[in-house]
Parts: sequence; C-alpha cells; structure tokens
Amino acid sequence: MSRLAGRVALVTGGLRGIGQATVERLLHEGASVVVADLDESPDGALGQNSSYVRLDVGDEGQWQATVAAIQAQFGRLDILVANAGIGGTGPIREITLEDWHRTLRVNLDGVFLATKHCADLLAQSGRNHRGGASIINISSIMGLVALPGAGPYNASKGGVRLLTKSTALEFAASKLPIRVNSVHPGFVETPLLMATSDANALAFYTAGTPMGRMAQPSEIASAVAFLASDDASFMTGSEMVVDGGWTAQ
Amino acid sequence: MGGTLSGAVALVTGAGGGIGSATVAALIAGGAEVIATDIKAPPSGTLNLAQDVTDEAGWAELADIIRQRWGRLDCLVNNAGIATVSTIEDNDLGSWRRLMSVNVDSLLLSCKAMLSLLRESGKTRAGGASVVNLSSVGGIGGAPFMAAYCTSKGAVRLFSKSAALEFAALKYNIRVNSVHPGGIETAMMEDIVDAYVALGAAPDRATARAGVDAQHPLGRWGKPEEIASGIAYLCSTASSFMTGSELVIDGGFTAH
Repeated sequence: MSRLAGRVALVTGGLRGIGQATVERLLHEGASVVVADLDESPDGALGQNSSYVRLDVGDEGQWQATVAAIQAQFGRLDILVANAGIGGTGPIREITLEDWHRTLRVNLDGVFLATKHCADLLAQSGRNHRGGASIINISSIMGLVALPGAGPYNASKGGVRLLTKSTALEFAASKLPIRVNSVHPGFVETPLLMATSDANALAFYTAGTPMGRMAQPSEIASAVAFLASDDASFMTGSEMVVDGGWTAQ
Repeated sequence: MGGTLSGAVALVTGAGGGIGSATVAALIAGGAEVIATDIKAPPSGTLNLAQDVTDEAGWAELADIIRQRWGRLDCLVNNAGIATVSTIEDNDLGSWRRLMSVNVDSLLLSCKAMLSLLRESGKTRAGGASVVNLSSVGGIGGAPFMAAYCTSKGAVRLFSKSAALEFAALKYNIRVNSVHPGGIETAMMEDIVDAYVALGAAPDRATARAGVDAQHPLGRWGKPEEIASGIAYLCSTASSFMTGSELVIDGGFTAH
C-alpha cells in the first residue's frame, strides 16, 4: 500500500500508544515520518524513513526549531498528526491551577502551536495533492461527552474539537490547501492507560463500550491514515469517532 | 496491518446513481464482489439486479440469491434514497409517505432480510460485517423546503446508532455506521437545485447553485468518488472499532 508515498508526516507523541501505531501505519503506507516526543528515543528503534526529534509540544521555541529542521531536511510537510496528550483528572474542588495548566498546556496549547507553526509548510506542500495537506488532531470521546472527575481532560479535548473546526473553516476561507479534522478514540489499550488503570477502571472501559472491548492502537491509526490521504479529500472540520459505539448511546 | 476489502461480498442499493455507482467502483477496486441494485438494474456490479427497496418480498428474494451464491454478506450499503423539495404547507401526505418508505422503511427491510447473511460474515470476518447507511448533512441540520428529506435522514442517523448498539449487544459482530455527505455532484443534487428554482426559493439555477456552494467552506461540491472512499473505508476491515458513528464528508458544511 503506497497511498502516502512521497509524503512527509510529523507525529507528536509518536513513541508510544496511538502515536506509535500511527507512525507505523504512515510508514507502511509510504510516508516519511518525523517522530516527535518528549521522551528520548531508543537508538535505531524507529525504522527506515523515520527520524526522531525531541519536542515539548507546549514550548513555542521548540516548535520553531522543529519546523525549521523539517524545512531544512525535507523542504515540505504534508501531514501533521497532533497526538501528544496527557491525562487530567481529579475532583474539581481539589485540582490545583497548576494541574489544570499542565493538562491544557500539552493537550490544547500543543495543538494550537502545532497548527500555528506548521501551517505555512503544510500550505506549500498541500498544493501538490488533490486532497491538500492534512492536519489530524487527536481529541477523544472525552471531547464529546464527559465523565465525572475528568474536568481538565474533558476541557482540553473539547477545546481540541472546536479548535479543529475553527481552523478548518479559517484555512478553507483563506484558500489554504490544508484540511483539518479531529479523531475521537474511545478507550484504547495504550501503555499509558493500561499502566494507570486498575482492574475496576479497565472493567468499566470494557463494559461501557458497546463492542465489549477496548480498541487496539492500530484501529485508531487506520482512521488517522484515512484522513491523511486523498481518500478524505472532501473532509474538513469533521469528527471521526472511533469508539466502539460509546457515544452512539 | 492495513485493512481490506479483498474477497468481501457487498450489496449496494441505489447503485445506478452518482454515489451508488462510485461506491460500486470503489468496492470492486478494493477487491470486493458487489451485488448492485437499483429500481432498474445498474450496469456496474459483479451481479446487477432490479430492486424496489420498499418491497419486502423482493428483499427476501435478494437474500436467497446472495445466500445461494455466496452464503454470507460482508458489507451492506443502504444507499438508495430520494429527495423532495416542497413547502410543508404543500407537502402532500402521499409524497411524504413515499419518501419515508424509500429512505427509512428500506433500512428496516434491508437489515431484517440481510441479518442472517451478515451474521454469517460476522462469525469469521476480521472487524466484523459492516452496514453503511447513507444519511446526509440534512440528517444533522435542517434545510428549508426539505422537511421530509431531513426528517428521513435524521431517522437514518438514529436507526444506524440503534442498530449498531443492538447488534453489539447481541454479539453479532456487525458494525453499523452512517455517512453524511454534503452537496455532491450528482443528478439528485441537480434535481434539488432545479426544484428550488421551480419553487421560487431562488431566482435561477446559478443563484441556487451559488447558494449551495457558499454553504461549503471548501467552496465546491463534493465528487461521488469522495463519498465512495469514505464508504469503502467503513466497509473495510480497517474501521474495525467504528460502530454507531457518523462519517461526515461535507467540505466543512456542518463545522459552521
């Protein structure tokens, strides 16, 4: 499959979970992938046609450096997957402002900065494709519906949903060839979620999902790849909900 | 890795129309065998049949044909649909019922008739059998002079979610999703534009078309192929965790 042959993609939070599966999927479809993550990459673990850059998505200076490096190395960027995210839970009366800011900084500032600093390069590259360049922002079902005690996370992912739509409309109005869509995964068997969830939580995720199971990261990555490709050339400002039926209820 | 349509057996209704024929082509290109039906047999499928989707006996006959040749159904694309343009005041009950019959009753008849074949697929197919129902942006927001159409497409949207949840609860391994196109370059869409002009809702075709264009932030109508690719994605094993979802392919229509 070479639907994305010749394209350059940037995936934030690309070392683990949904990000890692997305990197693998984009590589499999022929793209070159820049893997950005806060964690250090083990040497040589990323495979052919991929490279690693250390990036704190909430740091504007690092974004400028990252985009300059991509410009220098590839001279183009066709696909941006803003995937980096962290949790953010706790009783609203007990969450500190610092906790709140920590979640919003990564999950929402990170998407804003990604969009802001990658847009010029994406717009240039997008002119070469029928479907334009593509930004895929990873929101969550928690950007559509809430859970008690998930205030910061809900707020950040809801913010991603509407930032996505606003950006999609702005770029369309400006005739920039960049489509912008959000992906809303349900509960996914990522290392982070599995490590931070007790048996009760895992039972809740599984039982609460109509399909009766959690998602594999690859099942989210396939949706990201679809949105990245020209197959989604008439999609912008849309939400791709991949949740095993959670929000259909 | 990946996701596939290879070897899938698919049924597409309304296969003579713009989105339907593009869907048949996309599924065949992906390696599926396609039973294509329309009120007059369309030309493009592996097997082409005439079908009135409002006729329950016809559905039973079609299921028998598929059962005898393939023994299962992997993908069911309920695409057949009609649109009317009318004020509510002038919308006669016969026309209303005709539209509901084609756009909504057909889903019940289709899912009932094909259920055992879909369940057969669900026993073995990775990612399960897939039902894709064509709704519209008119199933998410209303439109003037299209109350009947929007009512029917809203029904498609929630029938799909209910069916998704029911089949999940019953462990059938059958996914159900809806697709919501914006304005697409099809004969149906041209007819809608003509009807708007005939109704006096727009002074001429150019004005009516420009009005539709303006509702799409991408500044154009979609092509049937751009819907067919989304339908093909939902039909393929790549969308194995999607059920009860709405795939909105509308050039930004509903984002604002």
